[in-house]
Amino acid sequence: MKDEARIGKPMRRTDFDDKVEGTAVFTADMDLPGMLHAITLRSSAPRAQIARIDLPALPEGYFYVDHRDIPGSNVMPSPILDQPFLAAGRVNYVGEPIMLIVGPDRQVLSDILKDARVHYLEERPVLSIEDAEAATGGFIYADKPYFVSYEYCKGDFERAAEEAAFFIEDEYRTGYQEHAYLETQSMLASFVDGNVTVYGSMQCPYSVKESVQAALRLGPENVRVVQLPTGGGFGGKEDYPSIPAVHAALASMKSGRPVKLVFDRKEDIISTTKRHPCRIRIRSYIGREGTIVARDVDVSTDAGAYAGLSSVVLQRLSFSVCGAYDVENLRVRSRAYATNKCVSGAFRGFGGPQAFFAVEMHTEHIAERLGRDSLALRRSYFLEQGDTSSTGGLLSSPIRLGEIADALEKTSGYSVKRALYSNSAAREKRMEGCPTPLKGIGISMFFHGCGFTGSGEKDTLKAKVKLKKNKDGTVEILASCAEIGQGSQTTLRKIVARALDIPVGMVVHRYPDTGRCPDSGPTVASRSVMIVGRLLMDCALEMKGRWKEEDFEVTRSYTYPEGLCWDNDKFQGNAYPEYSWGGNVVEVEVDPLTFEVKVTGVWGAYDIGEPMDDRIVAGQIDGAVAQGLGYAGMEVLTVEAGRVLQDNLTTYAIPTSVDFPRTVACLIPNPYKEGPFGAKGLGELPLVGVAPAFAAAVGQAIGKRILRLPVTPEYIMRLMEEEAEDGF
Amino acid sequence: MDSKVRFKLNGEHVTMTADPLRRLIDVLRDDLGLTGTKEGCGEGECGACSVLMDGRLANSCLLPLAAVEGKEIVTIEGFRKTKRFELLKECFTEEGAVQCGFCTPGMVLAAEALLSADPHPNERAVRDGISGNLCRCTGYSSIVAAILAASKRGEGLW
Repeated sequence: MKDEARIGKPMRRTDFDDKVEGTAVFTADMDLPGMLHAITLRSSAPRAQIARIDLPALPEGYFYVDHRDIPGSNVMPSPILDQPFLAAGRVNYVGEPIMLIVGPDRQVLSDILKDARVHYLEERPVLSIEDAEAATGGFIYADKPYFVSYEYCKGDFERAAEEAAFFIEDEYRTGYQEHAYLETQSMLASFVDGNVTVYGSMQCPYSVKESVQAALRLGPENVRVVQLPTGGGFGGKEDYPSIPAVHAALASMKSGRPVKLVFDRKEDIISTTKRHPCRIRIRSYIGREGTIVARDVDVSTDAGAYAGLSSVVLQRLSFSVCGAYDVENLRVRSRAYATNKCVSGAFRGFGGPQAFFAVEMHTEHIAERLGRDSLALRRSYFLEQGDTSSTGGLLSSPIRLGEIADALEKTSGYSVKRALYSNSAAREKRMEGCPTPLKGIGISMFFHGCGFTGSGEKDTLKAKVKLKKNKDGTVEILASCAEIGQGSQTTLRKIVARALDIPVGMVVHRYPDTGRCPDSGPTVASRSVMIVGRLLMDCALEMKGRWKEEDFEVTRSYTYPEGLCWDNDKFQGNAYPEYSWGGNVVEVEVDPLTFEVKVTGVWGAYDIGEPMDDRIVAGQIDGAVAQGLGYAGMEVLTVEAGRVLQDNLTTYAIPTSVDFPRTVACLIPNPYKEGPFGAKGLGELPLVGVAPAFAAAVGQAIGKRILRLPVTPEYIMRLMEEEAEDGF
Repeated sequence: MDSKVRFKLNGEHVTMTADPLRRLIDVLRDDLGLTGTKEGCGEGECGACSVLMDGRLANSCLLPLAAVEGKEIVTIEGFRKTKRFELLKECFTEEGAVQCGFCTPGMVLAAEALLSADPHPNERAVRDGISGNLCRCTGYSSIVAAILAASKRGEGLW
């Protein structure tokens, strides 16, 4: 069916049938002859030297694996080299892997684990950003309390700040968010005759390969990584899977048998990465005419025990934190602090959700102080084509923020409702009399830079793809893009089929296998369609011209679009190849007695270039909005004395089907010339602006400024009690 | 300590000789190779391990084998042979109700349990009916739409 490959029009997902029938083989479902299982002994201390480990004698056929079994490097290949695959003498967070127990029976493994005793020499842990700031020695990382510290400026910040009439300042806090993908971290490795194959749940097969090569001291030809159907990622399977992959590979090497390692939910929650908790201070300088003349931002993230991806998350946060607005003079300083807690890392939005929460709530505050409507204020500062970004990069494409705001007005009736709910007298009356719900509505405007930050696409990733035509006329996509539920297998097939003008059923795209697929980069940063899809489209167009040839391959490597530049030392230039843009409106009712928040409406308008498949796009939006609402109001994860208090899905509550209404979404077409058929990035954008719209709505409903996430009933109650105490 | 437990599984009589406290999910997945039933949390919170027990939705991670003595258990492997499944499947694809797919078999069985009890639910009832099954990808709206569509098109099936 040729028509199936029409751009925009929904087609049947190619990964649908096996998933709905239950025949899709996820890692936990896979079995190899003679396979053993592994279980992980983890640290129960936040910061300690390991004095000694008492281990029970093992039954025959069981093995221990620890750091001494690592023939190569016991350091995960991250931007900063500090994280061991297995603890060697000391631990830095609760949940850190110390050793593995390997054998045929999972129940026996659990019993052995219960009998293992680790004796710690505990040290005083660093448990918060403030702890880290106050520390004068005994640092976790090198000789300083943070992993990285950045600063960049735009315009003449100092002068503008000096000449301003006054400033408006806020401090915002955001909490952890746990990915809570339904499938926990899972890996299966098989080491045979000096070669290892790793099968598993992951976003980035080549990152896993690099780690396994380094730890097992094997050549690239000796390590093969195959992604299996993956039960959700959201960034939680970006860098973390390298750790269980190395563990399974080490266990297989030592035991001589295939080894499967599947996390239970508790260990997944306590030991894997999370969204960074943040403290963001913003000070906006206001000129005599009531205009925003300069902005000073100070960002601190709680990065956890090891650096992981904190440097790049902090960069994206720092480049996004000035919002979708043209403010001429900026200074942004940021640090990622080391603490003795689980490692913070990649999570859909990658710093964006924290950044936009802060800048959008701050914008609400400015509007209130200046006595202006907050949407009108936003509109007067919207970035436009020809403006420069916070890092001074020319925004050369059309920017349709005005149309996004118009669409939101039209679909949600935002301004009318905003005015209606702002009647404070009515609010007070409601408060005194019968407890009718307090209503509020909020808006947010935001963007997401598509692809790797800075010149990462050009200098770090250097994506390569291959398209292969077979004798039977089928065409195979060979790229390392992982299908993690976002629909990339379907979308990339469609792009190739459309470019070749062949039926989509003639295009083959298997789960990536590093033995066959070139490295098209990680499945992250909303880059799969825009970057990899474009390379595949170019391959397909060349293939079309040579279609008469029987079987042949076409390859393409990433080329940096003309007109872009990036200085990674000064953080100047185009921080991203392109941006997607969006806006959200959220409407709420707050119960005046219990302070529970009911979301009564959610609207979104997005510029993602051109949609490749309307149904897949809608699915990404719906899912991201739900995850964003969870982040905004209900997902609470607290770490006390280094221990995660919500370590299961009962106490870490994620949205269920009864929590939120349907999202009303629309798209603002804005084709991007470098994207395939005009596409830009999608996956992360619809999450980044949900929380500020929710918080602004709650803020209006209760007549208070919201300064932290998540906005729980307990937090609202505290705000209301402050009011009572202050005697307002 | 093993004992014999007899039950009906996907329409066939089975007798398992095993520890009566062994979790049903382990019996299904490890002993019988029925891996369509997924483990997401092991605590009965996520619903990925849902099966039908005498037509009602049950978390197989919370059921000891002894509890299914004399019961009728249906897993996705049994349900997928039915006309009701075929219709639900079509509605799930048309509404885009599957992303990563890990919750999907449980979600389909939740839909079956719901429609068996109430062939014409409104949206509220559908949302309530699947509220024990977590999905982190879709935000649920497409799943709700798929079940409503199946209810509409499935005249006489339920």
